[in-house]
Amino acid sequence: MPAAPELVCPAGSLPALKTAIDHGADCVYLGFKDATNARNFSGLNFDEKSLHEGVAYAHRHGRKVLLALNTYPQTDNWPSWTRAVDRAAEAGMDAIILADPGLMAYARRTHPTLRLHLSVQGSATTHEAINFYHEHFGISRAVLPRVLSLAQVAQVIAQTPVEIEVFGFGGLCVMVEGRCALSAYATGESPNCQGACSPGKHVRWEQTPKGMETRLNGVLIDRFEAHERAGYPTLCKGRFEVNGASYYAIEEPTSLNTLELLPELARVGVKAIKIEGRQRSPAYVAQVTQVWRAALDQLARNPEGFRVDARWMSELNKVSEGQSHTLGAYHRPWK
Amino acid sequence: MPLPAFTLPPLFARIGPHLPQLPPTLALVGGLNLALDRILPRDHLDALTGKKLMLRVLDAGMSLRFTLGERGFRPLLDTGRPDLCISATTRDYLALALREEDPDTLFFNRRLVMEGDTDLGLLVKNTLDAVDWSALRLPLPGLAPR
Ligand code: SF4
Repeated sequence: MPAAPELVCPAGSLPALKTAIDHGADCVYLGFKDATNARNFSGLNFDEKSLHEGVAYAHRHGRKVLLALNTYPQTDNWPSWTRAVDRAAEAGMDAIILADPGLMAYARRTHPTLRLHLSVQGSATTHEAINFYHEHFGISRAVLPRVLSLAQVAQVIAQTPVEIEVFGFGGLCVMVEGRCALSAYATGESPNCQGACSPGKHVRWEQTPKGMETRLNGVLIDRFEAHERAGYPTLCKGRFEVNGASYYAIEEPTSLNTLELLPELARVGVKAIKIEGRQRSPAYVAQVTQVWRAALDQLARNPEGFRVDARWMSELNKVSEGQSHTLGAYHRPWK
Repeated sequence: MPLPAFTLPPLFARIGPHLPQLPPTLALVGGLNLALDRILPRDHLDALTGKKLMLRVLDAGMSLRFTLGERGFRPLLDTGRPDLCISATTRDYLALALREEDPDTLFFNRRLVMEGDTDLGLLVKNTLDAVDWSALRLPLPGLAPR
């Protein structure tokens, strides 16, 4: 049985980073306060001061800090992205998570000892794609898009020297990782280029006699009755009228939760489990990290006797978007 | 120990709106001003300057209106439509302040409502999340040994 996977937790702020470490994260990933990362929301993320304090805190506890640099620079803003690579190297971060091949080439050339991870935004789902990034840019780890079944994850791992990280918990996209144009279609701004899906300045919530309405750039994307659970204001999770019926025409709001697959993921050789949610608060980070730490510790102690504790599930369900959780693509009979 | 679930008795919501809103608003802005520049970096909040902000405490029937000016937060007497309005119950505000609840979780559960300029709302939420309370242990300026 390979070693239990590392736990990689999100941090949108210094308190979230400290909370993740205090509750047992092995690695924390974070972004800068600009469009170089895919959670570019007002007030979120790290400046120079919080970054240095965060890296020092993590290293003091023997944990790692990764930088999400997972958006695509354009010709007119290229220097901001290379500057971000340099800042990560100067701050002593343990790895950077990249999607853009040009930026990988820059990082490899300029900071040969800096560890590179391939972001989920790179959308590499085959061992050929991953090995290509490995041969040309020396990536050490790849984060798999949430589109592969467990059997496919195992096949990829068997055919690559690159460490594989998978998503374990958090909000789900409609499985076109790194290629979604819905936000750009409605607002002109996309997660890939501006670093945010449905940026706040385009979002309006309003209480109306019919319920709470969500609008994205003026377009009505959902209306919630008084006791319905609300979701994030993204087009993919809106309810639309199609042929006279209104429903979740693209995707039901739901969260990924793979706790019960943990022994399988470890057995096939997954190196790290990623928790989604840099936009969430320290309270979420504490709740989720705690549960996953307990699960991973139980797995390490007793791989054969691993049991999902009902309390873990109820803790995780409490903080999830949507009414339900799913095993996503990991568990599906068709391929 | 986690904060128990509670709402104030309905009486509060009924009489709250008829009570002067200024004293609780003064207490709120006083607290915010104590934090401003010490643990709440002013430059991060620049976008709030001159904006009409409103916190509604649903079960207390209170609507606290305030703004950020050159010299800090101050109450607003203006009753026009606020630029940002956040609504929740007393218990949930407390739980947020204690970092026991995640604002997005409360939002999914419809216990936290944000209306108006969402970007300002995200700024407020994320800036409060980024407050490192451990820094509050530094001495207050007025109490510093001379
Ligand atoms: S619209 Fe949905 S699928 Fe597309 S990036 Fe946003 S959250 Fe993901």
